[in-house]
Amino acid sequence: MSAEVPVISCKNVWKIFGNDPTGFLKTMTPGMSFDEIRAAGYIAGVKDVSIEVNKGEMLVIMGLSGSGKSTLVRCFSRLHDITGGTIEVEGQDIMSLAEKDLIELRRSKMGMVFQSFGLLPHRSVLENVAFPLEMRGQDKHTRRERAMEVIKLVGLEGREDYFPRELSGGQQQRVGIARSLAIEPDIWFLDEPFSALDPLIRREMQDEFLRLQQLLNKTIVFITHDFDEALRLADRIAIMKDGAVEQCDTPDQIVLDPQTEYVRKFTEDIDKARVVHAGVLADATASGEGDPVDASLTVHSMARMLVNDTRAMIPVKKGDTIIGALSRQSALDILLGTGA
Amino acid sequence: MSVETTSLPAPKAALSNSQLALCFVAAAVVMTVVQYLGGLPEWLHRLPEALVPNFAGWLDAIFNFVKDDLGLLVVTRTLTEGLEWLLDASGNIFFGKRRWPNIGPIPWTAMAAVAAVVGYYLGGWRLALLGGGTMVWTALIGQWEIAMQTMSVLAIAAPLAFVIGLSLGIAAWKYAWVDNVIKPVLSVLQTLPFFTYLLPAVIFFKVGPTAGAVATTIYAIPPMILMTTLGLKKVSPEVVEAGKMSGCSRFQMLRHVYLPSARTEILVGVNQVIMLCLAMVVLTAFIGMPGLGAKLLAMMGSFKLGRSFEIGVTIVLLAVMLDRMSKAWVVKQPVHFERGTPFWKRHQMLLLGIAAFVGLTLISLVAPIFAEIGRGQDFSQGKELDNLIKAFLNIEWVKATTGFLRAFLNVQVLIPFRNFMLSIPTPAFILLVAAFALALAGRKQAIYAVIFFSLVALSGWWDRAIITLYSVISAVTLAALIGLPVGIIAARSEKWSTRVLLICDTAQTFPSFVYLIPAIMLFGITDIAVIFSILIFAMVPLTRYTIEGLRTVPEEMTEAADMAGATRMQKLWSVQLPLALPTMAVGFNQAIMFAFFMVIIAAFIGTQDLGQELQRTLAGTDLGKNFVLGICVSLMALTFDLTIMKWASDKKAVLGL
Repeated sequence: MSAEVPVISCKNVWKIFGNDPTGFLKTMTPGMSFDEIRAAGYIAGVKDVSIEVNKGEMLVIMGLSGSGKSTLVRCFSRLHDITGGTIEVEGQDIMSLAEKDLIELRRSKMGMVFQSFGLLPHRSVLENVAFPLEMRGQDKHTRRERAMEVIKLVGLEGREDYFPRELSGGQQQRVGIARSLAIEPDIWFLDEPFSALDPLIRREMQDEFLRLQQLLNKTIVFITHDFDEALRLADRIAIMKDGAVEQCDTPDQIVLDPQTEYVRKFTEDIDKARVVHAGVLADATASGEGDPVDASLTVHSMARMLVNDTRAMIPVKKGDTIIGALSRQSALDILLGTGA
Repeated sequence: MSVETTSLPAPKAALSNSQLALCFVAAAVVMTVVQYLGGLPEWLHRLPEALVPNFAGWLDAIFNFVKDDLGLLVVTRTLTEGLEWLLDASGNIFFGKRRWPNIGPIPWTAMAAVAAVVGYYLGGWRLALLGGGTMVWTALIGQWEIAMQTMSVLAIAAPLAFVIGLSLGIAAWKYAWVDNVIKPVLSVLQTLPFFTYLLPAVIFFKVGPTAGAVATTIYAIPPMILMTTLGLKKVSPEVVEAGKMSGCSRFQMLRHVYLPSARTEILVGVNQVIMLCLAMVVLTAFIGMPGLGAKLLAMMGSFKLGRSFEIGVTIVLLAVMLDRMSKAWVVKQPVHFERGTPFWKRHQMLLLGIAAFVGLTLISLVAPIFAEIGRGQDFSQGKELDNLIKAFLNIEWVKATTGFLRAFLNVQVLIPFRNFMLSIPTPAFILLVAAFALALAGRKQAIYAVIFFSLVALSGWWDRAIITLYSVISAVTLAALIGLPVGIIAARSEKWSTRVLLICDTAQTFPSFVYLIPAIMLFGITDIAVIFSILIFAMVPLTRYTIEGLRTVPEEMTEAADMAGATRMQKLWSVQLPLALPTMAVGFNQAIMFAFFMVIIAAFIGTQDLGQELQRTLAGTDLGKNFVLGICVSLMALTFDLTIMKWASDKKAVLGL
C-alpha cells in the first residue's frame, strides 16, 4: 500500500507562533529546543515534522494537550499556514494553492470533525449536513438527497429537522461526522472527535466509527489524547511532544520498541498482550511445526494456547500462506511481563 | 480607548502615586486659602478673557470650509432628499401624511392587532397584552397621531442605524485600522451631549423630521458597532474552522457562518438601537421634530401636568413594549416542527397577523371609529389629572416635605456647595482632579485629566462647566446615598433582588425626557427639580450594579465568612462589599455618565450651566460654539470614565475576578 504516492506527505514542517515567525525561523540556530524557542518569545506549534499518510490508512496522532497535534492537522488542511517546510496533498504543494483552489480542494477532497462539534446553531440537522454541499453550489434537491443518505448512515434518521441545541452530545457529534462525510471526502480529519463525550457514549461512537471506516475505507488522520483509543483504532500512531513527532509506528512496534524515553513512559502501563499481534512476532527465517496461528491474533487472545502448547516455535499464517514462526517463549514474555 | 492593564514600572520617582496625589491636594488647598485671603493674583484664579483662544471661531472657519468650499452641504442636502422621501413614505403609512404611496394611515385597530400577534409570537400572552394594550391606550387617550409621528421616524432611523452600525462593526472586526480609528471616536460620541448632535444635523439636514432622523440615527449607531464586533469576535473557532473546511468563500463565511453565529449579540445591538432611537427621537423635539416629544415639551412648558403625565405614560409604554419585544426576540430560538405539519400550522402566527390586519382594515372602511379616534372622542383626563396632582401637592405633609427640601437642600447645602466649587481657583481645581485620577488610576489617567480640564479652562466656559460639574456631583452623591442602601438591602434576598432589578431594567428603558416629569411636578421649575431629575436617572445604574456586584460574590466566600463566625454586618463590610466594589464602580461610572447626559437635558428647566448655552445655540447657526460646549462636557465625562474604569479593571485584576 505504500507503493503509490502518499496522500499527505509533509517534509520538515514548522509552525511557529509569534511576532515574526518566518524571520525567526530563518535566523534561529538549528536544533533549538522547545523551551529555548519559547525563551526567545516564540511558540513552536509544530517543530520539524516529516510524516506521510498513505492511501486508505488510519494515522492516529496522539499526545497530551499542547503537544501540537491539533496544530499539525490544521496545517494539513491549511487552516493554519505553515512557517517552513512543505506539505503535499496528493502530490500538490498546498502552500502554493491560491485561495480559490484551496477552497476547491476542501470542497471536494477534505472532511473534518471537531472536538466540540462546530455545528451551526441556527441550522437544522439537515441544513448542517447539507452545508458543505450548499457552499459548493449544489441545488436544493440533490443536496437534500445526499444529506439524507449520510444522516441515515450515522443513524440519525428522523431527527433531520431538529436543531443542534435539541440533541445530545453524541447525537451532535454524529451530525458533525455526517457533515464531514457529505461531500464524500478522500481525506478525513478527526480532531479529538470523542473527547467531549461521556466514556460510555465514547465507546459506542468508536464502534460506530470503526463500522463506518470498514464501509467507506477513507484515508484518515485521527487525533486523540487517549492512548487506548489510539491503540484501538490506529494503523499507525504518531506520538507528539512539544510540537515534534517522537515516534511514528504501528501500535505493536510502539509498545514493543519505544524509541524514546517519553514514548516508553507512555507505554509503560499498557497491557502489551492486548496490542501485539502474532504477525509482528513472526520471524520469517524461522519455521515451526504443527497448526499455524493467524497473524491477526493478539498475544492475549492466544494466551490459553501459548500456555498449554509445548512447541518452541509456532508457525504464523496470513490468509493461507505461512509467513514465518514465532517463539513461544518471547510471546509468553509479553503475556506475563519480562523480568518479573 | 485602550487602557493598559499592566502597570509600567514607575520611573525612578521619589514619590508614590498616592503621595504625589496628596501633594497636589495640598497645593490646591494652599492656593484656595491664598485666594480666600485675597492674595492670589486674578490671572491665577481664572484665565483672563484675553487669553482664551477663539476655538469657536476656528471651528466655525473649519466647518464653513468643509460645508461650503468642500461642498459637504451639497452632498448632505442631496442625501436629505432621499431621506425626506423615505420619511414621507413612512409618514404616509403611519399617520397619513399626504405623500406617496398615499395608502395610509393604517387604522389603529389593525396596528394594535398586529402588535398583539407579534407580541404573542415572541413571548406569549403577556407580551400580546402589552403590545395590544399599548396601542389601544395610545389611541384611546387621543395621542395616536403624535405617537405615530414619532414611530414613523423611528421606523426609518432604527433600520438605518442598524445597517450602518452592522457594516461599520463588520469593518472594525475585519480591519484593525478601522477599529483603531473608530474606538476613540466612539468613546467621544458616547459622552458627547445630545444637543451637540442636533445642531450639525439641523445645519446639514434642515429642520424637522430629516434632521431629527439623522441625529437619532447617529446617536444609535455606536452600540450597534460595539455589539457587532463583540459578537463576531466571540464566534467559536471550531465553528469558523468548520465553515472553512466546508469550503466557504469569504463572503459565504460572513453570510452563513459568522453573522448567524453572532445572532444573539447582534440582536442585543438591535434592542439597544431601538431604545436609543426612541430616547433620541423624543428629544429631537428641541429642533422642531413633531411627535410625542414636541407635545410633551409644549405641555411641560405651559405647566399642564396632567397631559404631560399622560404623554409620559404613552412614551413609557412604547419604550417598555419595544424593549420587551426585542429582548424576547433575542432569546427566541428556532424549534423544529414534527414531520408532516401542514403549512398553515407552520405559519400560524403569520397568517393570523395578516388576517387580523386585513380584517380590521376592511372593518375600518365601514366604521371610522376603528380607523381613527377623533377629537372629543378620546378619554384624555388631562384637566382632572391636573387637579388631582395639584391637590396632592397641596396636602399638608407633601407641601411641607417639598418645601423643606427646597429650602433646606437648596439654601443650606446645594448653593453653598456650588459657591465653594466656584471659589476654587482654576489651577487648584485642575490639580484636585489630577490628584483624584492619580490616586485612583495612575499617571496616564492623571495626565489625561490635566489635559482635558485645561482644555475646558481654555475654552472660556470654566464657570459654566463648574456649575455643570456641581450638578452632576451633587446629584450623583445624593443618588448614591439613596441608591446604595436600597441596593444593599435588596441584595439580601433573592426575591427582592429580582424585583428591584426588574424595576431598574424597566426604568432604564424609559427615554430620559420622561424623568423630567416627576421632577417638575414635585418641585416646579427650580434648581432642585434639576438635581432631582438627575438623581432618579442616576440612581438606576447605581442600585442595579450594587445588587449585581453583591449577588455575584462567589458563594464559597460568603460561606467561608459564615463559617468564620462573621455577623451580617461583618460579612457585608469585610467580604461582600470589597468584592463587589469593582462592579459597583462600573455602576458609579454609568451614573456619572447618565448625570452628564441628564444635566444637559435639564437645561430645559432652566439652569446656568453649559446645557443652557448649548440649548441657546440650537436657535442659531453657531456651530463652533455648539461644538466647543459639547466637547467641554465630553472631556469632563471622559476624565471620570477613564479614571473610574481603569480603577475598576485594576481592582478586578487584583481580586482575580
